[in-house]
Amino acid sequence: MGIKKRKLLGLALMAAMVSPWSLPGPATAEVFELDSVKNLYEGVSFDHDMHIEITGEDCTACHHHTAGTAPVDPLCVTCHANSPEADDPSCKSCHAKDVFDADNMKKNWDTPLLHHRNKPGLKAAYHRNCLGCHEEIGAPTGCTDCHAMTEVGEKFYNTGKYAPEPTAAGQGGGHH
Amino acid sequence: MKRLNRRSFLKGGLASGVTAAAVTGSVGKADAAGDFGGYPDSMGVLVDLTKCIGCRTCEAACNKEQNLPAPDKPFTDMSVHDEVRHGGLPRRTSEKAYTVVNKYEVEGREHPLFRKVQCNHCQEPGCLTSCFVNAYTKTPEGAVIYDPKVCVGCRTCMIACPFYIPAYSYSSPINPVVKKCIMCYDTRLKFGRPPACVEACPQQVMTFGKRKDLIDLAHKTIKSRPSLYLDHVYGEKEVGGTSWMYLTSQDAPFGEIGFDTHLGKQPIINYVKEFLAIVPMVLTIWPALFTGFHLLATRKEAKKNDESVS
Repeated sequence: MGIKKRKLLGLALMAAMVSPWSLPGPATAEVFELDSVKNLYEGVSFDHDMHIEITGEDCTACHHHTAGTAPVDPLCVTCHANSPEADDPSCKSCHAKDVFDADNMKKNWDTPLLHHRNKPGLKAAYHRNCLGCHEEIGAPTGCTDCHAMTEVGEKFYNTGKYAPEPTAAGQGGGHH
Repeated sequence: MKRLNRRSFLKGGLASGVTAAAVTGSVGKADAAGDFGGYPDSMGVLVDLTKCIGCRTCEAACNKEQNLPAPDKPFTDMSVHDEVRHGGLPRRTSEKAYTVVNKYEVEGREHPLFRKVQCNHCQEPGCLTSCFVNAYTKTPEGAVIYDPKVCVGCRTCMIACPFYIPAYSYSSPINPVVKKCIMCYDTRLKFGRPPACVEACPQQVMTFGKRKDLIDLAHKTIKSRPSLYLDHVYGEKEVGGTSWMYLTSQDAPFGEIGFDTHLGKQPIINYVKEFLAIVPMVLTIWPALFTGFHLLATRKEAKKNDESVS
C-alpha cells in the first residue's frame, strides 16, 4: 500500500533526524514530509532549513522550549527558562495526533501543568504555529498553498469533481 | 340579583379568596424550586474565537456527520462570508446547515473575526420548555436533542430560542419539522466523543470537556493572556448558562460580533413561569369560583321559585 510505504519512509526520515537532533545546533539539509495527519489534504513538504534561515536560527519561534533555546513567551518562561533540549523536539513528540482520543483527553484535563491542559493536537499545532507566522510575514496562508487537497477532501468539502451544480445563487466558486 | 347584598358577597368572596391564596401559595413554592441549573457532569465546548480562521471545515464536517443535503456552494467557497440575508444579517442556521461560520469586520481590528454559529445547548433550553408536545430532551451529557417523530411543526421553539437556532424544513411540504444541531449526540456525544465540528477544526478553536472544567479553563485562559482576551465567558451565565461557551478578543467585544449581550442571566422559562403557573389554577379554581358566585347570586330567587311552586 502506498500509505504504508509513505509511513515507513516517514519513520526512516524520523530515524535519520534523531541523530543530528541529539547533537547541539540546528538540524541541517532537511525537507520533511509532514504527513501524520494527512487525509483531506496531502502532507506538507516542509523545508526545515529554509525555516531555520527565516527565523534567524531562533528555534524558539516554533519549538517553544524543546530545542535548547530559551523561550520568550512569558507563560513558558515561568517553568522553562532553563529547560534543556528535549530528546525529541519534533512536533509530534508532544502534540498528540489523536488528540480527541479518550485517554489523551483525560491526560490533558488531568495534567497539573497549568498551560499544558489545553495543549493542541498535532493538526492544530501545525496550523496555529505555521499560520500565525505566515500571516505576520506575508507568507502563504491559503489551504492549498501548503498542501494539495485529496479526493477524500474534495468529497468532504463538496468541491472539485464533487462540487454542487452551479445555480444562480451558487455562482462564484473558488478559494478565497 | 339585587338581593345579593354586600355582606353575603364579601362572605362568599372571602372564602374563595382563601382557597385561591392557598393554591397560589403552593404554586409559588413550586416555581421557586423549579430552577434546574443543568446536569452536574454535562459536557460542553469552549470556543476560542480568537483562533478561528473562517475556513468552514466545521461546516463540512457537520454536513457529512449529520447526512445533510449537499450545499449550494462548495465548503471551500469563502464568498459565503459576504452573503447578506434579509435585514442585513449574516447567514443563519438552516435545515441544510446546522452550523455556519460568519465573518465580522470590527472597527479598529486589522483582521476580521469569525464566529461559528450552532445550537448553544442551553442548560435550561427555551425551545424545550416551550414545546407543548415534549419533543425536546436535555440529555445528561449536555445535548439538547429532539424527536422529529413527535414534532408537529408548530415552530414555537423557533420563537422561544434566544439565539435563533432551530430551523424549519420548509422544503418538505408534507411533514415539515424543526431541524437543529444535536451536538452529534447519536453518533458521538453519547459515546464520550466530541462533536464532528470540534474534531475537524484545523485550528482546534474548540475545546471539548466537562462544562465545569471548561468554565475553569476559560477563566484561566483569560487570566493567562489578559491583554488579548475580553474578560467575559459568553454562555457561562447567559440565559441560565449554555453548554457551548465563547471567548473573544478585547478588540472584538461580543456585542460587535453578532452576540446578543442583553439576554440576561435568567433561563427563558423564568420569564413565563409565573404566568404559566397561574394557568392550571385558573382552569381548576375559576369554574368552581364562578359557579359559586352564580349560585350565591341566584339563591334567593331560586328559593322564591321553590316557595311559589310548593
